[in-house]
Amino acid sequence: MIPLSHYLLVSAVLFGLGTVGVLISRNLITILMSVELMLNAANLALISFARWHADPGAHVFVFIIFVVAAAEAAVGLSLVIAIFRRKNTVDVDELNILKG
Amino acid sequence: MDFAVFWIAAGVAGAAAINLIFQSKPINSVLSLVVVLFALAVLYLQLSAEFIAALQIIIYAGAIMVLFLFVVMLLNLNQDQFGSNRKPGLRSFGVLIGGTLIIEISLIARAFVSSSPTDGQVVAAEFGSVAQVGRLLFGEYLLPFELTSILLLIAVAGALVLAGKREEAQPPEERS
Amino acid sequence: MLNTIWLIPVFPLIGFMINGLFGRRLTRYGSGVLGCLTVFASFILSLLAMLFLGEGPHRFTLAEWIVAGRFTVSFGFLLDHLSAVMAVTVSGVAFLIHVYSTGYMAQDERFSRYFAYLNLFVFFMLVLVLADNFLLLYMGWEGVGLCSYLLIGFWFQKDSAANAGKKAFIVNRIGDFGFALGIMLIFWKFGSVYFPEVFAAAPEMFVPGDTLVTAICLLLFLGATGKSAQIPLYVWLPDAMEGPTPVSALIHAATMVTAGVYMVARCSVLFALSPTALLVVAIIGAATALFAATMATVQNDIKRVLAYSTISQLGYMFLACGVAAFSAAIFHLMTHAFFKALLFLGAGSVIHALHHEQDLRHMGGLRKYLPATFLTFGVATLAISGFPGLAGFVSKDEILWSSFASPLGGVAFWVVGVLTAGLTAFYMFRLFFLAFYGKSRFSEETATKVHESPMSMTGPLVILGILSFVGGWIGWPKVLGGGNSFEHYLAPVFAAAEELLPHGVNHAHSTEFLLMGLSVGIALLGFIWAYRWYLRGSTAPENLKNKFPAVYRLVQNKYYIDEFYHLVIVRPIVGGSRWLWKYFDELVIDGSVNGLAAFVRQLGQAGAQPQNGYFRGYAATFALGSVAVLAWLIYVLS
Repeated sequence: MIPLSHYLLVSAVLFGLGTVGVLISRNLITILMSVELMLNAANLALISFARWHADPGAHVFVFIIFVVAAAEAAVGLSLVIAIFRRKNTVDVDELNILKG
Repeated sequence: MDFAVFWIAAGVAGAAAINLIFQSKPINSVLSLVVVLFALAVLYLQLSAEFIAALQIIIYAGAIMVLFLFVVMLLNLNQDQFGSNRKPGLRSFGVLIGGTLIIEISLIARAFVSSSPTDGQVVAAEFGSVAQVGRLLFGEYLLPFELTSILLLIAVAGALVLAGKREEAQPPEERS
Repeated sequence: MLNTIWLIPVFPLIGFMINGLFGRRLTRYGSGVLGCLTVFASFILSLLAMLFLGEGPHRFTLAEWIVAGRFTVSFGFLLDHLSAVMAVTVSGVAFLIHVYSTGYMAQDERFSRYFAYLNLFVFFMLVLVLADNFLLLYMGWEGVGLCSYLLIGFWFQKDSAANAGKKAFIVNRIGDFGFALGIMLIFWKFGSVYFPEVFAAAPEMFVPGDTLVTAICLLLFLGATGKSAQIPLYVWLPDAMEGPTPVSALIHAATMVTAGVYMVARCSVLFALSPTALLVVAIIGAATALFAATMATVQNDIKRVLAYSTISQLGYMFLACGVAAFSAAIFHLMTHAFFKALLFLGAGSVIHALHHEQDLRHMGGLRKYLPATFLTFGVATLAISGFPGLAGFVSKDEILWSSFASPLGGVAFWVVGVLTAGLTAFYMFRLFFLAFYGKSRFSEETATKVHESPMSMTGPLVILGILSFVGGWIGWPKVLGGGNSFEHYLAPVFAAAEELLPHGVNHAHSTEFLLMGLSVGIALLGFIWAYRWYLRGSTAPENLKNKFPAVYRLVQNKYYIDEFYHLVIVRPIVGGSRWLWKYFDELVIDGSVNGLAAFVRQLGQAGAQPQNGYFRGYAATFALGSVAVLAWLIYVLS
């Protein structure tokens, strides 16, 4: 009943908001959360297409994305902790020693 | 009814997402993300993805977000350390790019996916159930499934190496 | 047995490698013994090879070297009577000089390095004489040039030694360039660089006097003039005396400088096809012999006298080649190796005793201090002057007789040769008297320290003295009742060349006797002249010098040839190079390179601007890219 494009619209909005979060936030933790948001947007699109095609295979992909998200969060947060120990900040604008 | 549930869940997700990115304190962002995850779980249920909806609550909201929460509390950041004073120029630029992305994806979604109902096709009652997805995971997709365990193992090892305290290996504070 | 000839050069190579790589670990004693023994092994093998050679030439190919299309070169060795004589002479004299060096160089800091170079030289020299193709010969040729450079500049702390090394190397390059061109012409024409193939094909390919074969021969001879110090490329040899004296004896008297003579003799077939080239060889040889002898008469440095004498004697050998008396040339090469090595080693003994004093004006009366050196030096002096019965007499007389009697020779060549013989006797006895007779002209303090050299040095002197005495007897001429067996021994090698040459008329024995007597007489005249001027303390030399100051200065300054070369060749090249450096190298080459570098640096700096290290900048760029790609997708698909 609900058209597929509605779900895709919600997915697009969440994805765009995630991008905005990555771009405007200076806090590393918020940036990581924005990335999680983008992953969820992709998940929603996958689940919608799964129902539309009546193919449960996409559910497996979403499952795997969960695992990737967990791994990414674990490693990403470890990096945040390590950076915080070194520089006493999580502000990405302070972390520019790789400038050319 | 369906439409009402959809719009409520979608609206909550969008509002929480906006709250997430514009909150200055990380703790508020974490809680907003939890709200988004719950709202999405509702949508998953509506798409008869019961197993995924359950995992969304248990793994995502339950485990991953707790990890975020834990780190936020561990670091106990103050205003200076996470730098909430954003540069206005870059802020509007980011919003512009994000907005353009939304419009573009929507355009593609409208143009190339027919607006036919998502549940147009009849599916069996067990679609998206634990049993069905479980059979797929341990049957057709066994190899990727097992590989995820290796990925998790590597992530655990990496996290330990990165976040583990090693006093003697601490180089001087600033090198540049 | 004969298949082991490849081992002859390999032994010194082993010695070189051990001495060169592990010389610091060896004691002086170890280095010296190793150097001597490896060369001695080569000598024994050469002797055995000569004994087992029998009739014909023997070829042995060790391995392929270069195979490229129809161009093939191998590490192939050719043993015939000529190369056997050369190998025995080279390794024998080299062994004696190695033994001598253990005494002469005993005090030197880089003792093992010296023996490494000397062994390397022997290796290349043996490769040169045993090679069965032009390219391997060329490798040996360049190798001995390298060793010559290294050993002339052995005491490179001295500027003059370093410069002399460079001069020898550069002058030799000119000759080697001609030699290389000659080899290329040979390959272009014959399609092969192997001696037997080329020499077998040459008589069918060319009529005598062909322009191309003349060009080939002249180019090869240009190489020979460089290596063997003939006009116009002789200027490096006197300067080469900056090296240690045993080096002068081995490289710049006995072996390396004779490589040119060997090469011309080896290519006798080609030269026989070109009377023009032979005439050039004879004229250059005769001119060099006389020219260098005049310069030797006024030098005051004992080694330089011997250096000019070497040039002069090499001129004799080329004169013999030029009149197609190749076996006489090789004969003189061998006897000259004995007595000239002896002269240099004797001079080395004198220099050693006087603590590196080389000026004849500061010697004198050494007879009683250095009896062994005096005796052996005397034998060598008699031998080079052509005293009847000694080695030099037999071989020189053979050359003089050939230059007169050969159909390619003439009275003019004979006159020049005899004049040179007289001058040779004169300058050699001048040297002998100045050094060993008369009153000592060195200080009292030096006199107390003068001592005879150790056994390791006098031993080789005595052996070479004996060889200088009896070495000529193997080629004793028919006219004096001998069999001229040396010429018969080498006859198979030069048979092909002989066939192409006109046969001379038979001269009466009385003519030969007459000429022999004349040359001995003129040599005697030179001896008497030297005796009266330098032993009796005559004032005649001074008077002569004062009477003709211009002539004296001209000869004393070596006819200003060095200055002439410097003005005509070195200065323009240096000036031109300087101009190219200033205007071409610095402006065009450096400018373009620096310009390119500056451009790249600018580009890099421009590229580094966006790399500001701000993470969000990168993310924004990435997102912008996604937006652009999606926009393009929408545009294309709609």
